[in-house]
Amino acid sequence: MSDLTKMSAAQLAKAIAAKEASAVEVATAHLDRIDAVDERVHAFLHVDREGALAAAADVDAGKRTGPLAGVPVAVKDVIATKGVPTTAASKILEGWRPPYDATIVERLRAAGTVMLGKTNMDEFAMGSSTEYSAYGPTNNPWDLGRIPGGSGGGSAAAVAAYEAPLAIGTDTGGSIRQPGAVTGTVGAKPTYGGTSRYGLIAFSSSLDTPGPCARTVEDAALLHSVIAGHDVRDSTSIPQPVPDVVGAARRGAGGDLSGVKLGVVKEFAGDGSEPGVLSAFHESLEALVKLGAEVVEVSCPHFQYALPAYYLIAPSEASSNLARFDGVRYGLRTGDDGSRSLEEVMSLTRDAGFGPEVKRRIILGTYALSSGYYDAYYGQAQKVRTLITRDFEAAWKSVDVLVSPTTPFVAFPFGSRTSDPYQMYLADLFTIPTNLYGGPAISVPCGLSEGLPVGFQVMAPTMADDRMYRVAAALESAVGTLTPPTLEATA
Amino acid sequence: MTTTALPTYEDAVSRYEPVIGLETHVELGTATKMFCGCRTDFGAEPNTQVCPVCLGLPGALPVANRAGIEATIRIGLALNCDIAEWCRMARKNYFYPDMPKNFQTSQYDEPLCVDGYVDVEVDGKQYRIGIERVHLEEDTGKSLHVGGATGRIHGATESLVDYNRAGIPLVEIVTKPVPGLGALAPEVAKAYVAELRDIIRSLGVSDVRMEQGSLRCDVNTSLNKPGEEWGTRTETKNVNSLRSVERAVRSEIIRQSGLLDEGTRIFQETRHFQETTGDTRPGRSKETATDYRYFPEPDLVPIAPDKAWVAELKAALPERPSSKRARLREEWGISATDMESVANAGAVELIEETIAAGASPAGARKWWMGELARRANETGVELAAVGATPAQVAALQKLVDEGKLNDKLARQVLEGVVAGEGDPAAVMNARGLGVVSDTGALTKAVDDAIAANPDIAAKVRDGKVAAAGALVGAVMKTTRGQADAKTVRDLILERLGAS
Repeated sequence: MSDLTKMSAAQLAKAIAAKEASAVEVATAHLDRIDAVDERVHAFLHVDREGALAAAADVDAGKRTGPLAGVPVAVKDVIATKGVPTTAASKILEGWRPPYDATIVERLRAAGTVMLGKTNMDEFAMGSSTEYSAYGPTNNPWDLGRIPGGSGGGSAAAVAAYEAPLAIGTDTGGSIRQPGAVTGTVGAKPTYGGTSRYGLIAFSSSLDTPGPCARTVEDAALLHSVIAGHDVRDSTSIPQPVPDVVGAARRGAGGDLSGVKLGVVKEFAGDGSEPGVLSAFHESLEALVKLGAEVVEVSCPHFQYALPAYYLIAPSEASSNLARFDGVRYGLRTGDDGSRSLEEVMSLTRDAGFGPEVKRRIILGTYALSSGYYDAYYGQAQKVRTLITRDFEAAWKSVDVLVSPTTPFVAFPFGSRTSDPYQMYLADLFTIPTNLYGGPAISVPCGLSEGLPVGFQVMAPTMADDRMYRVAAALESAVGTLTPPTLEATA
Repeated sequence: MTTTALPTYEDAVSRYEPVIGLETHVELGTATKMFCGCRTDFGAEPNTQVCPVCLGLPGALPVANRAGIEATIRIGLALNCDIAEWCRMARKNYFYPDMPKNFQTSQYDEPLCVDGYVDVEVDGKQYRIGIERVHLEEDTGKSLHVGGATGRIHGATESLVDYNRAGIPLVEIVTKPVPGLGALAPEVAKAYVAELRDIIRSLGVSDVRMEQGSLRCDVNTSLNKPGEEWGTRTETKNVNSLRSVERAVRSEIIRQSGLLDEGTRIFQETRHFQETTGDTRPGRSKETATDYRYFPEPDLVPIAPDKAWVAELKAALPERPSSKRARLREEWGISATDMESVANAGAVELIEETIAAGASPAGARKWWMGELARRANETGVELAAVGATPAQVAALQKLVDEGKLNDKLARQVLEGVVAGEGDPAAVMNARGLGVVSDTGALTKAVDDAIAANPDIAAKVRDGKVAAAGALVGAVMKTTRGQADAKTVRDLILERLGAS
């Protein structure tokens, strides 16, 4: 493994700008690393070697510039990349090449980054383990027999396995933070509307939020600052300046948190987190107190209803968002042999194209929105959402951020939860309230439990993304970053 | 269907009371679509006015067109509605190939405009039609079935879809149920749609052409016995002319009364109007009602029209077409029947502008309702597109008033104007059509005529002045109609010493 793949994005950007390394060298080092390890990790669904080398050559020739010029980045396959296959890890979109770039991809290009390829995920971002990818699971670099988290398991694993210094994920119920936690990387969900959804294949429109995956808090902030900002093509995008997340991360790395009030959610305490997770969390809290932070217990009485509310709202929106995949205009079409009706062809196409978790959620969402059930399910879930938002707003009156473990358990072995969807859904127990509220949250590695990474979550008020980076960077400065085992050793 | 003869309309309305309701869709004339920047030109090549957003490609997101919201609010205000201070778009979910996302972005329980009314006049009596709601939605694409004999899906070998229309803003105007119209229900329904069309046209937000589908109407009809509860309604779709609105209501009243007479239940169903026969046929029957699974559109922020903006739009509403017509009728001094034909020809604004450009009301009306209306009919274009502008018509009339053109020559000049040869004066000069009233130039023609008709000349000399007409005719003939008849006559009498 070359040194170039071990460097942070910040270091790479500096080295390339100073001509100490060429962008082509950097891209080649990462592409070689992908060649060497991705057969075992399976973080990528598509590697765009040619496109990456061409983009890197343009950086070296001075044709492309920007704050992250020459820094490689991997993009979750749910985000449209012009001319580059985009499948959302579903059979129904196999081979589809979008005729346009997502806004955040345009911004990645404008920042000078070099796109390496598209990362694996749970199909249509539905899942917590990347076991629901139609193209096979991604393996956790820490233990290839365990899940890398989901749905952004590919993005997190690519970063953890040194295949890319940076990756883009999307977080609907925790899909950036939970994979970050179980792979020992940093994953941030920006404020909803802080990053554009234009070009992000919708799972749940009111929750989906693209955000950064990295190995350090500063790197995550750098990527965050590049992709965030108002987009006229997304009506829910917030027309306000991006908080100075990079500055906040650098300030936090200085290690001073005096005057910062951390809220610990009382209702999260009894939720059966693994003991190793809890002790890593409490040790981290102590480390933060040493940096001057104050810890306050906060009650968020409606957080306990977040999971059921989420599993009504997200599938409802998904059932509508995924209706467009019908075999009429693009993607897979099955059974069109001239003997079948339109309805039959649509039905056969959707049966063949969608995997089990996607079907489960489409059916659940269709049911929840049906007349006669709307008020009892979707309508009720929206009310719960309002109450959870009020819990957050009440909390901000007494604390600056809320903190919790990111997940109740470390990476579990493949297949151990797929037979019981509810057990799988618990993986997002601590991450989901933030999605229903819309504020930013980040997961930072905070130690190990049974040799596997544990994540520490920091949640902040909407558009206070900078505050969350400051606390996260302070924690990182105190506990250090985790070094995944090199895959050469485990091979 | 029943074998017994249907009752007559008079019979039907003597035994049953109709309740009608109308749902009208108006395609707005915005330059771009409701949720993206694609153009909306009518008649463009299939699928040339599309983008990821209106094709519903994965990842594409809608952004609302302010012009569409503004037009909807203006329609609502013109129909005396309340404008919502806060409302949302909703998704109406159903699968259809011409709908790219398999949901229609529409409005459900939170329409933009509610609770208005339209007053219409039938046989000199006023009727108030309540407006339940006016809401905004997007149009769908169009399916084209090829390979079959009929152009219908049955027997077709292939189905093609054109998404140019997908995403064009559509406003739906729903009336409250209208009871108590009795035998006049068909006429009032027709008058309502005509009034609605005129109001929307006056706002300039749509060209409201029923034949092109930019105004489409669904008609609900039910019957009940006097004093009893309202009956089950049927919905007649695709009614695409004013006359058809009237015929659809009438035939549905007859059909339903026939069934009720036999004691047969009316089923709530969708029916289709048949232009050829004037009756309605059942649509595809559905065993259960469609469940559209409406929910608020999460990709669009709520619409909260600023109060000051709404007040501004209200203050700037144009004069209501019905009161404007009454006022103009007065000013122009024409009968109600004449005004109706002017309105039906779409000539009110044209005549008004022609008068504003300096023509007399009678002169303006004469050209637009005569020569130009005839040409528009012959060529099958709208009067406004016939090729002459109000300013040109006014200039033409001015030339006539000044004696530079007579009626016959003016018609020839107008023909040149319509053919694009330029303004009336330019056409007159280029074609050499001006009236010749110069006595010097006419004297020779008069002398020739006198010389050629000595008998008539003699009669005139003898004092039979009326005989001069024949000599005038002769001069007109040799000058190909360009001579000024009065000048010629005076000249003849002068030459013959009879003046």
